[in-house]
Amino acid sequence: MAPETKHLEVTLETQVESVNLAEEMCLRLAEAAGFGEDECYRIGMSVREGVINAFHYGNQEKPDKKIHLAVDLTPEKMIIHVADEGSGFKLTDVPDPLAEENLLSTSGRGIFLMRAFMDEFDVIPAQTGGAEIVMSKRLPAPGSPQTNGNHGSAPHKEA
Amino acid sequence: MALHLTPRNSGSIMIVDASGRITLGDGSAMLRKTIRQLLDEGHTKIVLNLADVDYIDSSGIGELVSAYTAVRSKSGELKLLHLTKKVHDLLQITKLFTVFEVFSDEPSAVRSF
Repeated sequence: MAPETKHLEVTLETQVESVNLAEEMCLRLAEAAGFGEDECYRIGMSVREGVINAFHYGNQEKPDKKIHLAVDLTPEKMIIHVADEGSGFKLTDVPDPLAEENLLSTSGRGIFLMRAFMDEFDVIPAQTGGAEIVMSKRLPAPGSPQTNGNHGSAPHKEA
Repeated sequence: MALHLTPRNSGSIMIVDASGRITLGDGSAMLRKTIRQLLDEGHTKIVLNLADVDYIDSSGIGELVSAYTAVRSKSGELKLLHLTKKVHDLLQITKLFTVFEVFSDEPSAVRSF
């Protein structure tokens, strides 16, 4: 890891509350890193979908399994890892939610949303034996319209 | 913010005012329960007013689709009203605009049945 990279990781329980917790934590990091409101929304939603995927599909909602969330903040981008303790899956096996026959499906849009909202997205085998989602978003250039004017400062609380 | 759903009548149409987030857990469950309850009471013409819903995740999208198919299975119709920009964009990228009838004013939504 490059010396200027900040790394944070947390192990979450397989429960619904972990979804909100992970989203909130990554939102704070994204705000502190200087992402603007729209990009924070996309990052927060992607983390949420990644953890829902680990909670529901990976860990099958089994409370004895854990969800592993890690964030790397490099000078160029924010990289998010979400690993589960399931049996893994291949991206090529995920049905296309935009296909006519899947439009009325009540599930299966999480991967699609993460791909749509992040700059890079992949699924790799996790060290835990399950699947690891790796996704990243490029940091906005300082002073660009996408920033919140908070580049590099400490996380702040919303009013 | 927790989801709040308030059904009200407009003639033979049932309008459900929603506020909060429709997400995995309580939000999705509450929407499911409310729609099922309205159907059990015989209401099959339903408008879901999403003016104060600014966040829906994939679970919430799934619940909207589930509500849509549940109402259709009773030969009814579920239509959406007053989408916020985020929800509008979400329905657009998931192609659900081609499924749901969406309105930006209540009288038009009510007249459409």
